[in-house]
Amino acid sequence: MRNVLGRELPERIAGYGEVRPFAGAFAHAGEINRKAVKVKGDWSSPNKVLNSLGEALEKCGLKDGMTVSFHHHLRNGDYVLNMVLDEIARQGIKDIKVAASSIFPIHQPLVRHMENGVVTGLYAGYISGPVGEAVSQGVLKNPVVMQTHGGRARAIESGELHIDVAFIAAPTCDEYGNMNGLEGPSACGVLTYPAADAEYADKVIAVTDNLVLYPACPIEITQEQVDYVVEVDSIGDSAGIVSGTTRITSDPAGLKIAESAAQVIKASGLLMDGFSFQTGAGGTSLAVAAYVKEMMKEKNIQGSFAAGGITEYMVEMLEEGFFRTLFDGQCFDLKAVESLRKNKNHQRMSMSMYGNPCNKGAVVNKLDVMILGATEVDLDFNVNVTTNSNGLLMGGSGGHSDTAAGATLAVVVTKLIRKRFPIVVDSVTTVTTPGETVDVLVTERGIAVNPLRQDVLEKVKKAGLPVKTIEELKEIAEKLTGVPEKVEFKDKVVAVIEYRDGTVIDVVRQL
Amino acid sequence: MRITKSSEAGKQEANDIFIWLEPNEKEEIEIKLESVVKLQFGKQIEKVIRETLAKLGVTSASVTAWDGGALDYAIRARVETAVRRAGEV
Repeated sequence: MRNVLGRELPERIAGYGEVRPFAGAFAHAGEINRKAVKVKGDWSSPNKVLNSLGEALEKCGLKDGMTVSFHHHLRNGDYVLNMVLDEIARQGIKDIKVAASSIFPIHQPLVRHMENGVVTGLYAGYISGPVGEAVSQGVLKNPVVMQTHGGRARAIESGELHIDVAFIAAPTCDEYGNMNGLEGPSACGVLTYPAADAEYADKVIAVTDNLVLYPACPIEITQEQVDYVVEVDSIGDSAGIVSGTTRITSDPAGLKIAESAAQVIKASGLLMDGFSFQTGAGGTSLAVAAYVKEMMKEKNIQGSFAAGGITEYMVEMLEEGFFRTLFDGQCFDLKAVESLRKNKNHQRMSMSMYGNPCNKGAVVNKLDVMILGATEVDLDFNVNVTTNSNGLLMGGSGGHSDTAAGATLAVVVTKLIRKRFPIVVDSVTTVTTPGETVDVLVTERGIAVNPLRQDVLEKVKKAGLPVKTIEELKEIAEKLTGVPEKVEFKDKVVAVIEYRDGTVIDVVRQL
Repeated sequence: MRITKSSEAGKQEANDIFIWLEPNEKEEIEIKLESVVKLQFGKQIEKVIRETLAKLGVTSASVTAWDGGALDYAIRARVETAVRRAGEV
């Protein structure tokens, strides 16, 4: 069958089940039942600390076929996922489903567990590195389910994704399970990804390398949700937890793109008091923030909030008064962690609060402008950030689809040609985010506005910006690069791309 | 004309191509290509290398190319530079 975007999908996928086809970005927003959680009161001990991970697995009754979850605030420095899966393998448990908020290159040992059947299923918002390569080669038994950040929260809350045991890497924890991410050798800032895991998993285990006296204030994940605490030598490598200092790009093409994007924002009329904004941590995205800051200074504007993964640059904008608030789902650097400690207007948000389409209102709905990246954009403005142009799984939505759907103006910034790949193509290799939620594409060789947004097109034209049709941008790119030959895939579905509402927007097939 | 001594041009960088020319015992152009865009543009890159060599009158050479996604004009320039550095034009 085909979904509303014309993507060919099987009606059933082995290891996934029946496919609910994507029917439009807002077709299924709305009602869910939150699942009930069985909780057993325990007064037996004032201390939840166990001797080892092995003991924790036994106490939780972890068995073949169960689902375990992880969060990725420790990013490419995370030791906990590998540590837990090694222990699961050691105990001879098999057929485990891993529900991770994201997977990084450091999780390479997961490939071995996939090969030998310890892990047979995987859920993630984003996958980079060897695990993605292995999945693309068909190593995992069942297809990976790729979720958005908001979609993951929805799936856990509704019980669609049931977690048997949640493992929470805790930079600071006390003996009764209260956690925060502010202190300790592996401080990562907020602990927002595992909020739904802590609330809805049958069992919750805190794994910490910084056991402190009760209570571990300020508490982010609270004791009444936590079954056991395990102390280990180290939960992460601090060098991999925070990305290298993120700097504004010095690449002239990147700067030109950023400046044009800022001009589009200005032309949109959204830049006024109360302005809200999100951008990524990449060099070009940060450059957009820099141009926006200049315009805010010029017009003497104070924004209501900036959201997202928080970097030093956004902290500076908060502290200099350009925004009243930061909404933080993840700290990208130590300056962000420090700001969280000291600035009371640096606000945590769970992924449900951030982007869940089936709650009473997500932060993305209040976003005026979202700056997004892309590996490919097609003539319908559909965006791929999941696979590269070779069809290899190397990314994922994260908050991409959530913010595109929520923001008043979703702007994709990208070079038109990257390593000879034309970025604007007839049809993207994989759809991550549907074109109906993407408003403007900004490249170094021109700006294209989605025909669905005639209002924006008019304003951008009126401002005298270099507007082209997306077809024209594609022609310009192909004139320089030539027309790429198609990548051949096998039939086996290796990844199911779920839209934020849980419908299937696309699949990735084996290479 | 034959390439009689080895030469190189370009860099192993994104958007560039590194060309390494060596003498070939046979009277032919032999190309070994590694490219980040080989699936999509491998044939086109080989074609551009052959055409550029032909235009310069080179009939025998062994070419090793590491391509980081260079556009055709960059490929032509790197090939021509390598040929000139080999002292053949």
